[in-house]
Amino acid sequence: MSPVLVPLFTFVLSLPLWSGDASAFCGFYVGKADTKLFNKASEVVIARHDSKTVITMANDFKGNAKEFAMVVPVPTVLEQDQIHIGDSAVLKHLADYSAPRLVEHFDPNPCQMMYPESRVMDMVAKSAEPPINRGRDKALGVTVETQYTVGEYDILLLSATESQGLETWLTENGYRIPKGASGVLHSYLKQNMKFFVAKVNLTEQAKLGFAHLRPLQIAFESPKFMLPIRLGTVNADGAQELFIYTLTTQGRVETTNYRTVRLPEAHEIPLYVKDRFGDFYRDLFTRQVKRESERGVFLEYAWDMNWCDPCAANPLSAEELRSLGVFWQDNSKMVERGRPFMPQAQNVFLTRLHVRYDATHFPEDLIFQETPDRSNFQARYILRHPWTGTEDCPTATAYRKQVRDRYEREAQALANLTGWNIGEIRKAMNLASLPMSDDRKWYQRLWEN
Amino acid sequence: MGQDTTTCQPITSSLWRDPRLYQIVSLSTLLLYGLLFLHLDVSLWQIIVTLGTAQLTQYAATRYVNLPSFDPKSALISSLSLCLLLRTNDLVVAALASFIAIGSKFVIRWNNKHIFNPTNLTLVVVLAGDLGWISPGQWGQAVWFWFFAACLGSLVVTRAARADVTLAFLTFYIGLLVVRTWWLGDPLTIPLHQIESGTLLIFAFFMISDPKTTPDSRSGRILFAFMVSLTALYIQFGFFKPNAPLWGLILCSPVVPLIDRLWPGIRYDWSRPTVGHSSVPVHLTPSFHAQRRFS
Repeated sequence: MSPVLVPLFTFVLSLPLWSGDASAFCGFYVGKADTKLFNKASEVVIARHDSKTVITMANDFKGNAKEFAMVVPVPTVLEQDQIHIGDSAVLKHLADYSAPRLVEHFDPNPCQMMYPESRVMDMVAKSAEPPINRGRDKALGVTVETQYTVGEYDILLLSATESQGLETWLTENGYRIPKGASGVLHSYLKQNMKFFVAKVNLTEQAKLGFAHLRPLQIAFESPKFMLPIRLGTVNADGAQELFIYTLTTQGRVETTNYRTVRLPEAHEIPLYVKDRFGDFYRDLFTRQVKRESERGVFLEYAWDMNWCDPCAANPLSAEELRSLGVFWQDNSKMVERGRPFMPQAQNVFLTRLHVRYDATHFPEDLIFQETPDRSNFQARYILRHPWTGTEDCPTATAYRKQVRDRYEREAQALANLTGWNIGEIRKAMNLASLPMSDDRKWYQRLWEN
Repeated sequence: MGQDTTTCQPITSSLWRDPRLYQIVSLSTLLLYGLLFLHLDVSLWQIIVTLGTAQLTQYAATRYVNLPSFDPKSALISSLSLCLLLRTNDLVVAALASFIAIGSKFVIRWNNKHIFNPTNLTLVVVLAGDLGWISPGQWGQAVWFWFFAACLGSLVVTRAARADVTLAFLTFYIGLLVVRTWWLGDPLTIPLHQIESGTLLIFAFFMISDPKTTPDSRSGRILFAFMVSLTALYIQFGFFKPNAPLWGLILCSPVVPLIDRLWPGIRYDWSRPTVGHSSVPVHLTPSFHAQRRFS
């Protein structure tokens, strides 16, 4: 196994403020789609206010810890106290809170209610884990600006005057630098970037007793609001998944150099998807990626961190948000209020973006802007349970006729969203066994045999 | 009958000579495409409020300054541009944006020209006030869209006789991007990606080309295009701000009166498109007319 080069990264810029309306969505949370659905996925959390930025980087590295290495371009040399180890559990909470979700409605008894009052249950679909960029070649380095051991990681900050030297250094130190990486290194160096290099310190890891690698966090100030993905695309065999969570004060974050697209949402889909929500969401995502010619960045969630509706998981506590880098909240006020249970975040807006990228379709790093848009968005899909009572009344008869038509619409919606075969969907829904609605043409009914 | 024809003919031909009609068609087509295929974040109400407020403001200002007639075309162009570029969730902001755009033409003037392109000024005000945003990436990079917008845009600027400032801006801007790429050692796919933006084309073809706010002479316009592209790139890569061309244009616009003084040309008149050369046969505009033209 070769060391894995994990190039990822983010910076930040910009600013507008606003207050948006929150559309109420009553219901119950049922389940969610996991980030683990996707292979080669990494997660990055960017907490940013003014130019101050905290980035949390996590990845799904599963190999031998001694093979792990991470190379991240950063805008400044980082002191030891600007590097921190994050908590995977908090990141998972954030992923769960913002995951694409499934909602259930229950049709009321048509004989008793004039207006259907649906009860709603939500299932959140968790999406995949953070994407990691992997390098495969060895390299050697240049100027070691600083060197720290933080948690289970040995961290170096490198600067170089030219990419050849940096590449040599990395190679000599056992990093496999993929062909073509030197060009990218050269470009970053010209832009006055430094390189943050992390490896696992096996002794420390054994001492700490963590089985998995915990997220790395860095804090810095920079007007750049971006995420360097280019190193990760150099050697990638196939596309990689990246989940980006931004925590900001003003509103939704979007990419300025790629199209940010809202995923289709609020579609009613067949009930059997409840057990296959992971497959459903993965295929839906893949289809959307293709529809956008593989160049889109997808919005999965945008919400004020104060609440959720329905909740796939409780909003993060102020303490959890702080651990993800939300530095602008005054925690003391919340403690004073004496509400130890889930103190509410006051001024944090979460945006969750999901991107599948490769070098061909994403030649440039991701550049972001924060907008004053505080309108809520969630990737939400609806299961609508029919009323199954046996009561009879004229409304119920009409209702039962409509249900089959509704099933057909749901089947078509599912086929359209995921690309699944419509015949198989109908079969899985057992549509043939349902009483047929009279879908003959008018002339067929006129001259029926 | 025959009398009618002879009376109407000059009016019709002069109407179709007005390049603003082509701009309106182009911008409307872009907006429809954006709504139908790109699902732009702009509501029907926002479009109605934006277009409506612009016309109301234009009408009120026409009455206020006693212009001889109400002309909806320029206001329609400004408001269509706002629909294409400005994003907000608040209809009041949409109305305010239209009001600023049209009002500024009547208020911020120098030597009988408006100093700022109305759409440009409005967008900058709204961005600076955090009232709305622009999504420069939302147009996508489809190559055919590039051509589509470029063709429509070319038509407009050719008719408006201001193709020079658009071409000069694109040449300088793209040229400097390529130079930067070469300096960084990056592949050419990066500047290609950077220019494959619908927003940039709308800026180049519909905003910087505004004949009422660009220098009167061709040499002045080329100098102006160079200044705008240089400023835009500095803002983009020095301050890392999005929508840099908008900021570049707003910062450079106050220099136009100075450029006009150094390189004077023929003042633009919508009904008589010229490139500003005195050698080109043009109908000189009566002074009364020039003073009264606010569109």
